[in-house]
Amino acid sequence: MSYLEYNLRTVPSGFKKILALNWPIIFLLIVISGIGFAMLYSVSGGILERWAQPQMQRFFIGMVGLFVLAMVPIWFWRNMSFISYIFTVALLVSVEFVGVKGMGAQRWLDFGFFRFQPSEIMKITLVLVLAAYYDWLPQKKTSSPIWVAIPIVLIAFPAFLVLRQPDLGTALLLVVGGGAMIFLAGVHWAYFITVVSSGIGLAIAVFHSRGTTWQLLKDYQYTRVDTFLDPSRDPLGTGYHITQAKIALGSGGWTGRGFMQGTQSRLNFLPEKHTDFIFTTISEEFGFVGSITLLSLYLAVLVLCTLSGLANKDRFASLLTLGIGTTFFLFFAINMAMVMGLAPVVGVPLPLVSYGGSAMLILLLGFGLMQSAHVHRPQSK
Amino acid sequence: MKSTSKNILNSTKQLSRRALLIGALQLGIITALGARMRFLQVSEAEKYRLLAEENRINVRLLPPSRGLIFDRNGRPVAENLPNYRLGLIREDAGDIESTFTKLQNLIYIRPKDLAKARKELSRVSSFVPVTITENLSWANFTRVAANAPALPGVFTDVGLTRIYAQKENLAHVVGYVGPVSDYYLKQIKNPDPLLQIPRFQVGKTGVEAQMEPKLRGSAGLQRVEVNSVGRIIRELKRVEGNSGVPIQLTIDSKIQNYALARLDNLSASAVVIDCANGDLLAVGSSPSFDPNLFVRGISSKKYNGLRDDIYGPLRAKAVQGTYAPASTFKMITALAALEAGVLKPDDEIFCPGHLEVFDNKFHCWKAHGSMNLEDSIIQSCDVFFYSIGQKVGINKISNMAKRFGLGIHYDLPLSAVSRGVAPTREWKKKSFDKNWLLGDTVNASIGQGYVLASPLQLAVMAARLGTGQIIQPRLIQNINNVTMPQEAVKKLDINPDHLALVQRAMFGVTNRKDGTAYSRRIEANHLRMSGKTGTSQVRRITAAEREQGVISNEDLPWKQRDHALFVNYAPANNPKIAVAVVVEHGGGGSSVAAPIGRDITLFALTGKMPDPQHYPEKLREKIQLEQKNLAPKLIDWTSPTVMERTKV
Repeated sequence: MSYLEYNLRTVPSGFKKILALNWPIIFLLIVISGIGFAMLYSVSGGILERWAQPQMQRFFIGMVGLFVLAMVPIWFWRNMSFISYIFTVALLVSVEFVGVKGMGAQRWLDFGFFRFQPSEIMKITLVLVLAAYYDWLPQKKTSSPIWVAIPIVLIAFPAFLVLRQPDLGTALLLVVGGGAMIFLAGVHWAYFITVVSSGIGLAIAVFHSRGTTWQLLKDYQYTRVDTFLDPSRDPLGTGYHITQAKIALGSGGWTGRGFMQGTQSRLNFLPEKHTDFIFTTISEEFGFVGSITLLSLYLAVLVLCTLSGLANKDRFASLLTLGIGTTFFLFFAINMAMVMGLAPVVGVPLPLVSYGGSAMLILLLGFGLMQSAHVHRPQSK
Repeated sequence: MKSTSKNILNSTKQLSRRALLIGALQLGIITALGARMRFLQVSEAEKYRLLAEENRINVRLLPPSRGLIFDRNGRPVAENLPNYRLGLIREDAGDIESTFTKLQNLIYIRPKDLAKARKELSRVSSFVPVTITENLSWANFTRVAANAPALPGVFTDVGLTRIYAQKENLAHVVGYVGPVSDYYLKQIKNPDPLLQIPRFQVGKTGVEAQMEPKLRGSAGLQRVEVNSVGRIIRELKRVEGNSGVPIQLTIDSKIQNYALARLDNLSASAVVIDCANGDLLAVGSSPSFDPNLFVRGISSKKYNGLRDDIYGPLRAKAVQGTYAPASTFKMITALAALEAGVLKPDDEIFCPGHLEVFDNKFHCWKAHGSMNLEDSIIQSCDVFFYSIGQKVGINKISNMAKRFGLGIHYDLPLSAVSRGVAPTREWKKKSFDKNWLLGDTVNASIGQGYVLASPLQLAVMAARLGTGQIIQPRLIQNINNVTMPQEAVKKLDINPDHLALVQRAMFGVTNRKDGTAYSRRIEANHLRMSGKTGTSQVRRITAAEREQGVISNEDLPWKQRDHALFVNYAPANNPKIAVAVVVEHGGGGSSVAAPIGRDITLFALTGKMPDPQHYPEKLREKIQLEQKNLAPKLIDWTSPTVMERTKV
């Protein structure tokens, strides 16, 4: 269904667009990022230049991008979605050949003045392309096998490339996020039941392949799963991350040890304390009150996003909004679950808080698209 | 267009339904996350808080300084000397090799030490201090300290190391310290955490080992905050430990030193005991060794040399060594016989030079003719004692021996204090599963056969014979300046007439013309000693050898020669000290052991090199010559002692 069937004149134009933005979400994003700056300042031991300041600069760039994207009419983004998908896939393929290694994985493209991970962009472009696809696809064909196969390929190909880097976290995010899009589009239940049961089958296959010639995952990935299942087995080795993270969280208690008073992070017991494990520092320094507050802020963003998506009568815009909300959800849910020992350590950052340019920029740009969908939503009379 | 609108409506409716489903799932997961937070941060908070503290806080031990050991006059025996050390911290040093080069321009460092330091530096974290060399001289230490600004990463510090200033003099008494061995650690149930400190030293032998709990002291504690790699961030709390307490021995270093010098590196031992309270004034075993060698780690070559030396320098012969007391045991047999009533003081026995018991012939060293008890002790007649020994029986002899301190254990803080043997019928049955034979009694009556005593026990026996009191030996005078409580000395339950008779006989040994040690007498009236010689047979003399004439000691291999023994107390009429001397394979008691005993006695009584005037006139010239040779071997107590050195 096309947007063009709605009355164009109802869409705000010019400066009115700014008023039409979903300001509560923007406000929440600023608050969450602000918490991130404070925490980066804390874990750096009070050195602003170390992590907090670069993060602020990226946030500023990201916010500018958000506003720019939000001002551009949503139908432009819909038309651009397939091209951007192809472009991102091309980048991912190029990582295979000219990527730069960092922290044991080949994920980065280096452009001299900055380096970034194409896999991050894919998180958004995948949502874009799937929303566009289901907007284009007649409703009746949604559940027919051929038309189901196409989005699966769209998801699987980049997921495969990302897995090769290897980056299990992002691959997981792409598959689950993409799956959610297909589900939202209204594909028949039977497909999902099949996928879930075959997923279980695959998991069994993965574990059976261990130690054989056709081993499906890398050794370190198996170790991560083992560690997740029993972190105490090797508290100083691979279980160290989870054990120390739990200690940091737990020792926070109700109200925490106070800003910059967390011993676990200050004394370096926490690994990745400024990136994937930054939530532990928040929990240690601000306790249960702090961690539940952050969770509530994320929930508020998700709720506002979902409401906006539900309210949007345009199928593309609605799917896009819900898809971005779900991606956002997956970010923080997987990160928190892994830090709290509910999921294996897969390397997903805490959205807007963890130090890292790619994720921050991509999330803000994603919300820019979401804002565009919100601003340019059909106002039925 | 209508259908399109309817489609839109349918699709919107479906999308909303699915979106709400996903939303519900998301909400469920978020609720689970929130519940997990509550569980970890509220329910389990205490547990994790504790774990975080454990992570953060490290307890370090501050080793206490070891208790000092002094002799009875306050002369230092074991002390702690500052150990000037030089170390390096890699991260501060930058280029290690250039630092080493600069250091070597300043002082000499053994290549071995450098290699060791390099190896350790490459192994440990960059902030961990590594010792380069220790036991620097004060001059070198200050030279490095003065140049510290030019030597980044180099640090100097002062530890304590044990030093035995008197070296060989008290090695067997004080023992030595050494690093804790893994074996030792495994032996004890709840090891003091101090023992885990690298290079921590504990007493290995002697007083150092036996008094370890007192000398060690208790560790101080330092609670520090550390980061994940163990670097100290700051000190939180410091509790100083208690240093080990000082111990004062009953030993008089000067007498000990003279005794050792007089033993002249023979394989021998001498014990001097105070007759008033049992204080051990000297417990010398010769040859000795330098305990300082063990403190810094003795080379295996040196150690093997000491271990395999035929004279056994590592053995504390004075308390560990046991010897057949031979004729020095005759007083015991005599007193047992008198007490049992099988012998009257004036009874005479004829000595034809041997005695036949069943088919065995027991020999005397000469045919003495008719003798009474006093004469038999003075001339050391064996037949007399063979005869009375048979009558009194071994168990009564054994009982008398124990009353005089033989065959019993003394609880002294020394390593491997021997019990000796005062045999009984039951003892032989138990030990060898053999019946006691009459021949065994005959042998035992002259202190041969199964009877064994250590020089310490012989000295105690002499002290008890001289005083008629139960003298108990002791080695520790006070601990931490608190005098060790001592029971009042009790009288021996012995008929005073019998004891007086034996004492008269012992006086005769060294003062009557026919006494075996008459030529070793002390001439000065106020110092005259009473004693008894003994020559302990090591091997059996066969009948065939006896036919050919007994081979003289000098013609035998060293190991087969007789032990020479001498016990005495002095002054004879009012005993102040008792002395026992045993020279392993030294030959005759009167010719070898008695002169040593006499000289030690004189030194202990007068506190200085014996005055030649105290000796028989004939001997004075010879004595003066001996003393001239002996003097350089004594410690010069007037030179700056270690006491001064430690004050630097």
